[in-house]
Amino acid sequence: MAEYKLTTPLTDDDIIKLKAGDVVYLSGVVYTARDAAHMRMVKALDEGKELPFDVKGQVIYYVGPSPARPGKPIGSAGPTTAYRMNPFAPRLISLGQKGMIGKGKMSDEVKQACMKYKACYFASIGGAAAVVGSAVKEAEIIAYPELGPEAVRKLVVEGMPLFVCFDSYGNDLYEMAKKEWAGKFKLA
Amino acid sequence: MAEVRNVSVKDVEEAIYKMALDAAYHLPEDILEAEKKAYEKEQSPVAKKVLETIFQNVDVSSKGEFPLCQDTGLAVIFLEVGQDVHFVDGYLVDAINRGVERAYKDGYLRKSSCNPLTRENYGNNLPAIVHTFVVPGDKVKIIFDAKGGGSESMSKVQMMKPADGRDGIIQTVVDWVIQAGPNPCPPVIVGVGIGGDFERAAVMAKHATLRKVGEPSPDPVLADMEKEIYERVNNSGVGPAGLGGLTTCLGVHVEMEPCHIATLPLGINIACHVNRHKEIVL
Repeated sequence: MAEYKLTTPLTDDDIIKLKAGDVVYLSGVVYTARDAAHMRMVKALDEGKELPFDVKGQVIYYVGPSPARPGKPIGSAGPTTAYRMNPFAPRLISLGQKGMIGKGKMSDEVKQACMKYKACYFASIGGAAAVVGSAVKEAEIIAYPELGPEAVRKLVVEGMPLFVCFDSYGNDLYEMAKKEWAGKFKLA
Repeated sequence: MAEVRNVSVKDVEEAIYKMALDAAYHLPEDILEAEKKAYEKEQSPVAKKVLETIFQNVDVSSKGEFPLCQDTGLAVIFLEVGQDVHFVDGYLVDAINRGVERAYKDGYLRKSSCNPLTRENYGNNLPAIVHTFVVPGDKVKIIFDAKGGGSESMSKVQMMKPADGRDGIIQTVVDWVIQAGPNPCPPVIVGVGIGGDFERAAVMAKHATLRKVGEPSPDPVLADMEKEIYERVNNSGVGPAGLGGLTTCLGVHVEMEPCHIATLPLGINIACHVNRHKEIVL
């Protein structure tokens, strides 16, 4: 289990050194999008329109933050459950997206796309939202403001701690971790 | 004849307002204690790190600027109304909704209610979901539960066969919680409702998540089932945040009611590791 400090945008070289279970401290710009924003982005692609941002090399954080208090860029901002983005992620990965941040399992199709196009799914700790939110440096709504918490935001983060869940070799941290610890619990 | 006691819905509104704010920023003490105990027993270094992050999160949130979780939930209210209570100063449910709307606005809490089909966000987190029970006496007990979508989505009602019995129920619950894995933000609290009918099984399961965590059912048969599910779920290896370890659930709470001779309804509701709930008696 290695540790890496990475800054977005990510390249193939960044991705191929990562293995499931590695810890990444991510800095730079990440874009937020969840269900409603993904539906709109994929619709835009279907209609031949441009996405609100170029996904090439970018990392999308699956989050719908709580409202920012005055003087703060954002409220609490932990990951949402990623499987709901299964239908959209492979298409965006094929266009050059390099990473997703979320929590929970994603599909085999997403895993295959990570292998084929060199991308990673990063797991973050669900419910550690105050810790993540209070560490976000900047936040700006860049698309779909009417979606409220689901609007697309451009965040600047520094040293955001992440676990590599799907690497570009077909490994899955959740499955590996479960196997390692199964059967070891003893009632006190 | 028992005397009727007037209760102002304005007091209900204030109680809801305060509980909603309190729940969003302050973890219930029993949950934190259970997590600290789990930390002592935990052997996985990653799991320990996850639990440390959770403790750090509780600290940051308690300062009152960042809620425990960005998903501050739909407001679920369990109301136990004494039959000698008479509500005055307006309509009870309007007052509850006003309390929720004000708290979610003033507390910078996320508004998560939307149109199920268009997904349009209503921007006020309304309506609250209210379960009302009429009980003896002249008091009003209010339980406030801020229920997040991630754990709620990992819930279900299954109409089992009577022949499935105790062991079939345990197997179904264990399999379900393990396959949910990292999705509902473990370590979780597992609520189980057995019997009643289709909707009662679901309501019991959710109500069960709000019991003091780890407190066994007073019914020894159910307490025994809770213990077995607890051990088997924690033996899954899923662990905190699903990143492996010995702490997948903090507690398993089972409630049961009589059912029809042809049915065996089973409700499973999962609460995440912040399990925000508060209660008050007026």
